[in-house]
Amino acid sequence: MFELLGIPPQALFGQLLLGLINGSFYAILSLGLAIIFGLLNIINFTHGAQYMLGAFVAWMLLTYFGVPYWGALLLAPVLVGIKGVIIERLLISRLYHLDHLYGLLLTFGLALIIQGLLRNQYGISGLPYAIPPQLSGGQNLGFMFLPNYRAWVVVASLVVCLATWFVIEKTRLGAYLRAATENPTLVGAFGINVPRMITLTYGFGVALAAFAGVLAAPIYAVNPNMGADLIIVVFAVVVIGGMGSILGAIVTGFGLGLVEGLTKVFYPEASSVIIFVIMAIVLLVKPAGLFGRTA
Amino acid sequence: MTAVTETETTGIAVQQARAGMPLHHVAIFVALLAAGLVAPFLLYPVFLMKVLCFALFACAFNLLLGYGGLLSFGHAAYFGSASYIAAHAAKVWGLSPELAILSGTLAAAVLGLAIGSLAIRRQGIYFAMVTLAFAQMVFFFSLQAPFTGGEDGIQAVPRGNLFGLLSLRSDFTLYFVVLAITLGGLLLIYRIIHSPFGQVLKAIRENEPRAVSLGYRVNRYKLAVFVLSATLAGLAGSTKALVFQLASLTDVHWSMSGEVVLMTLIGGMGTVFGPIVGAAIIVTMQNYLATFGAWVTIIQGCIFVVCVMLFREGIVGVIAKWIRKPL
Repeated sequence: MFELLGIPPQALFGQLLLGLINGSFYAILSLGLAIIFGLLNIINFTHGAQYMLGAFVAWMLLTYFGVPYWGALLLAPVLVGIKGVIIERLLISRLYHLDHLYGLLLTFGLALIIQGLLRNQYGISGLPYAIPPQLSGGQNLGFMFLPNYRAWVVVASLVVCLATWFVIEKTRLGAYLRAATENPTLVGAFGINVPRMITLTYGFGVALAAFAGVLAAPIYAVNPNMGADLIIVVFAVVVIGGMGSILGAIVTGFGLGLVEGLTKVFYPEASSVIIFVIMAIVLLVKPAGLFGRTA
Repeated sequence: MTAVTETETTGIAVQQARAGMPLHHVAIFVALLAAGLVAPFLLYPVFLMKVLCFALFACAFNLLLGYGGLLSFGHAAYFGSASYIAAHAAKVWGLSPELAILSGTLAAAVLGLAIGSLAIRRQGIYFAMVTLAFAQMVFFFSLQAPFTGGEDGIQAVPRGNLFGLLSLRSDFTLYFVVLAITLGGLLLIYRIIHSPFGQVLKAIRENEPRAVSLGYRVNRYKLAVFVLSATLAGLAGSTKALVFQLASLTDVHWSMSGEVVLMTLIGGMGTVFGPIVGAAIIVTMQNYLATFGAWVTIIQGCIFVVCVMLFREGIVGVIAKWIRKPL
């Protein structure tokens, strides 16, 4: 048995893995926020609630309709995404001509409504969601025990993040999207339906959040408050990374998750504030964010 | 040509600001004072003190949002930490109430200076996210720090004797002290808004690059208004700690930051008297719906949505439009 700075390897790698998992959620959520902000110019405060809704829809699908995990992993993002599209069409689309802050306030209000409704119905104690049988158990790697499900979460998030990056940076659809982010009027003049693209982008960003929620359901108990605290950390992640670059959002998300995990090992008291401390330092040194462009 | 006329109008505005209060504002302040003096004979004083504390909190927040154009989503940090420091000062250090309130307010000012100087490095939507994130950091600190009592908070804070003479144990006596603090705070905010400093703030809110090109050090003005707003929010928080004899995690939670935004929005952003109306409405609503649990959250969310979609001027903003005078 070897020890690292007096820390047993199981504890070290266990926390690192947990950090990587949190980092996956930071990455997916900040990616969604960045895409939505790029095109809609609003900060989607409902993002946390939509992540939570993803977990809840997965739980409801299983409990009321018997849909297993794998079905929910596809179905929940679609359902929550459709809900996002409806919200965008009915409410958010009417605010584009106003100051950014109204979008923030509107989505904050929506988040309160969603959380309140679920808290009324299901309480705050949290509902258990079982790990799918195909992914139960784990591997003994010698230096640590790796639960299969946790490995799956990290791999699935990475794949989804990289796929999103690929679509946005390397395909024709992504080129339209980037062009519309730069200048929607000009893109519209070329005959591309920009309002529809905006709606679908919002729906996609929301679906990403819900996907993260389904991944999180078996790890954390399904709880109406699970998104509220997470979204504030994700805001800090977004400030640190800057919303200019997709790859930047992914790298910052995973990186900060790891840093948080390491802090839990070496100085647990600071683990809940470390990301905010990093944010303060980044604001001092490079106010535009690590990957941000100065406006 | 336009430049000349605009300088002239700004000059007139500054002159008006120096000339003193317009008559209808004097009337409103007198009416507020009269209502404040009569109210404790009709309504429960603790409820009224809660309204007063939140009215001051919302007005302090509105100074930043309505006049500085800066949306802070973390004002609970100053309200709550001032509340903790005042409670700690009164209970553990045994300070008299005026000194306890002063130390809480000072703590909020220092915190405002620290967070503000970092937050003004980003603009717009990032500013809101940065302030929210720092407020969450203050929340986690309050959760873990040894002196805050964690989940229990600081309970049974003694109200003590004002200046060592006047016992504040009776709700009735305390009410008039709180009324004096709140009205004093409101008059100070009024003075700030209508001072030359306030006029420059408005210029920055309307067109920041232009204010820069006119030679104003924009960041100093922003930081100054941020610290003023945090300090006054701290005054409200410290007073609240003595009223309820309690400082708890609720005061530093993000939902508190959301509530003060809601009060300002419903009353009217950028109006002097709007946040008072907003605070009265939200506190009354919480009082009546306290037994319904999560419904308060749902209704607050609905008010947010309705205000943003249909009613962006707020109640006092709409009235000001009717009578065509700024309120």
